[in-house]
Amino acid sequence: MSRGGPQRDGAPVATGRTPRAPGWQENLRAYALEVRGSVRDGERGPLLVVAGLIVICVVFQALDDKFLSPRNLSNLGVDIVGTGLVAVGIVFVLLIREIDLSVGSVSGLAGAAFAVLNVNHGVPEWLAVIVAVVAGTAVGAFHGFFFAWLGVPAFVVTLAGLLVWNGLTLYLLGASGTINIDEEGLVASLTSRHFDADVAAYAVAAVGTAGYLLTVRRRRSRHRAAGMPYRPMGEIWLRTALLAVVSFAAAHTLNRFQGLPLALLIFLVVLVVSDYVLRRTRYGRRVYALGGGVEAARRAGIGVERVRVAMFMVSGTLAAVGGLFVASGLTSASPTTARAAGSGMLLINAIAAAVIGGTSLFGGRGSPWSVLLGVLVIQSIASGMGLLGVEDAVQFMITGGVLLAAVAADALSRRVETRRGRP
Amino acid sequence: MAHPPVLALRGISKRFGGVQALVDVDLQVRAGEVVALAGDNGAGKSTLVKVISGVSPADRGVIEWEGRLVQIKRPHDAHALGIATVYQDLAMCDNLDVVGNLFLGREIDRVGVLDEVEMERRARDLMRTLSIHIPDVRMPVAALSAGQRQAVAISRSLMGSPKVLLLDEPTAALGVEQTSHLLDLIEHVRDRGMGIILISHNMGDIKAVADRVAVLRLGRNNGLFDVSTVTQEQIISSVTGAADNAVAHRTRGDEEAWP
Repeated sequence: MSRGGPQRDGAPVATGRTPRAPGWQENLRAYALEVRGSVRDGERGPLLVVAGLIVICVVFQALDDKFLSPRNLSNLGVDIVGTGLVAVGIVFVLLIREIDLSVGSVSGLAGAAFAVLNVNHGVPEWLAVIVAVVAGTAVGAFHGFFFAWLGVPAFVVTLAGLLVWNGLTLYLLGASGTINIDEEGLVASLTSRHFDADVAAYAVAAVGTAGYLLTVRRRRSRHRAAGMPYRPMGEIWLRTALLAVVSFAAAHTLNRFQGLPLALLIFLVVLVVSDYVLRRTRYGRRVYALGGGVEAARRAGIGVERVRVAMFMVSGTLAAVGGLFVASGLTSASPTTARAAGSGMLLINAIAAAVIGGTSLFGGRGSPWSVLLGVLVIQSIASGMGLLGVEDAVQFMITGGVLLAAVAADALSRRVETRRGRP
Repeated sequence: MAHPPVLALRGISKRFGGVQALVDVDLQVRAGEVVALAGDNGAGKSTLVKVISGVSPADRGVIEWEGRLVQIKRPHDAHALGIATVYQDLAMCDNLDVVGNLFLGREIDRVGVLDEVEMERRARDLMRTLSIHIPDVRMPVAALSAGQRQAVAISRSLMGSPKVLLLDEPTAALGVEQTSHLLDLIEHVRDRGMGIILISHNMGDIKAVADRVAVLRLGRNNGLFDVSTVTQEQIISSVTGAADNAVAHRTRGDEEAWP
C-alpha cells in the first residue's frame, strides 16, 4: 500500500497526497524519501518488480545476446498478450478475494470452439469469434451462479470447471484432431498483424504520455481549486518523463523489427479501459469494496451477489479472448494444445503475472496495470529459457517457484500491513 | 414536555424459538439527548438494537416516530425514517480510504464516474464539523487506530443526516484517550440535535455522556434513571438484579414521570 510510493498514480487504496510545501526540489526529495521508506518497509512497489525485470534481462542477455534483440523483444510483446488478457480477468476475480482456476481451460475452449465453428462448419470468422467469446462469458456466469447464489466455494467451482471445460474442448476436437486456422484470417491477424509504419508506435507512445500528463494535471488543478492537497508539479513531470522514456524506447525497439503489433495495442487498450472502470467508476468502487469487506459492502447496499457473478463473467470473457490470441499465435487448435491449456501452465502464468505485479490474493488490492509488469516478468523468463533451450521439466519448476515466491511476498506484505494497521 | 420523543418503543416483545428475548420493553429517545442502554450479557440489548434497526423486527409492540405510528420491518425502513446504526464490528472496507468508506454505497458521481474531489471536500468538511482528527482522509482505513476507525464509522452513519443514532458498544475496543475523544464526538453529535441510543457496559462512559440510562434485565425494563441523580452503584445493582426495583420503575415508565 505504497503511500506516495511509486504506484501508478495510486489505486483507490492509496493516493498518497500528503500536503507539501511548494519548491520542487524539496518536493522531489520528500518524494524520494517516501519511495525509499515504502520500499524499506517491505512493500513490494512496482519499483522492486522493475528491478527484478532488469536483473532477468541482464542475466539472459549475458547468457544469450539475442535476448534483447528487437526481434525477440517484439515477439515478447506479442507473446505476453494471450497470458496478459487472461491475467487481467484474474485480477477482477482476485480483487473480490476469489480465484478462478478455470481460465486456462476456458481459453482453450474458446480457441477450439472458434476453430471448429469456422474451419469445420464454415461459420463466418466474425460470428465464430463472437460465439467463442460469449461462450467464455456464459461459462463465467455459470461459475458465478454456483459460487454467489449456491454458496459453493469459488475454487471448487472453478476447479471442477477446469476439468469440465477441458473435457469439452477435447470432445469438440475429438473428431477432427488438429485444426489449422486460416493464416490470413481475422484471428490469425490478431498476433501476426504489425503496424509497420514507424509513426504508429510513436503515436501510441505520444498519446499515452500526453494522456497521462493531461489527466494528472487536470486532477491536480481540480484539487488545487478545491483547496485540497495536490501532487507537486515536479513529481508529475518526473513521472511523465519516465513514462515517455519507457514508451518511446519501446516504440523505437518495436519499429526496429516489424513495428507496433496489433496484439500489443489491443492489450494496452484493455488495460486502460479496465483500469479506468475499476478506479474511476462507481461500479469499480463496489468491486474494491467487496474485496475489502463483504459485510461492509452488503450493509452499504451493494448487491454482493450480482457483483460476484459479474466478476466471474469478466474473467471468463477475458479468458476466452486470451484463448483466441493463443490460438492465433499457434494458428491452430489441437488436442495437444488443449491438454496443455488444461495442464494449468497458462493458469499459473496468469495468476503469477497478476500477483507479481502487485495484485493481492487477499482481495481489494491491485490493478489491471499490475498485469503488464507481471506478465513481462513471466514471459521474459519463459522467453529466455526458450532461447537457452531449457527443457520443459525445468521450466515447470522455475515457473512454479516464481509463483510461490510472488505469493509469499504478497502474504508477507499483508502481514506488514496488518501489523502496522492495528497499533 | 413540548416535543414528543423522536423515537418511542412501547411494549416491544420478541421471541426466538423458546427464548423470550424481549418482554414488553419500553424505550424513548428525544432529540438532543443521549439515552444509555445498559444491561448484562443476554439482557436483550442487542436484540433491541436489531428491532430498532430493522434487522430483526419485533413480534409485538408499537414504534412511534415523531409521534406517529410506524413499522420497521427491514433495515431500509429504519434508514428511511432516519435511524442510523453503528455496529460493534464497524464493518468497513479496510482497503478503501476514509473517503471511500464514508461514501460507500452513496458515491457522488457524474454519469457513473466518481467525483473524487467533491467527495474528498465533503469528507474534510464533515471531519472538521465533527472535530475528528484524521491525519489524511486518503489513508486506507486499515492504517487508522481503533479510535479513528470508530470515529469514521460514526461519521459515516451521519452522512444521511439521521435523527437517531444507535451506537453498539462503541468504546469496547478503545483506550482511555480514544474513549474520551469518542465521548466528545457523541456530545458533539447530540448538540446538533440528534437523539442517541448508546449501548454500553461501561458505567464511566454512561455517567460521562448519557442524560438518562435505561436498564434491561432478562429481556425486561429494569429501571430508568436520570444520570445526574443516580449513583453508579444504583445502576449496577439494577443491571445485576440486586435491586428489586423493577416494578417501581416500570410503573413510573410513562411520559410525565420522566425528567
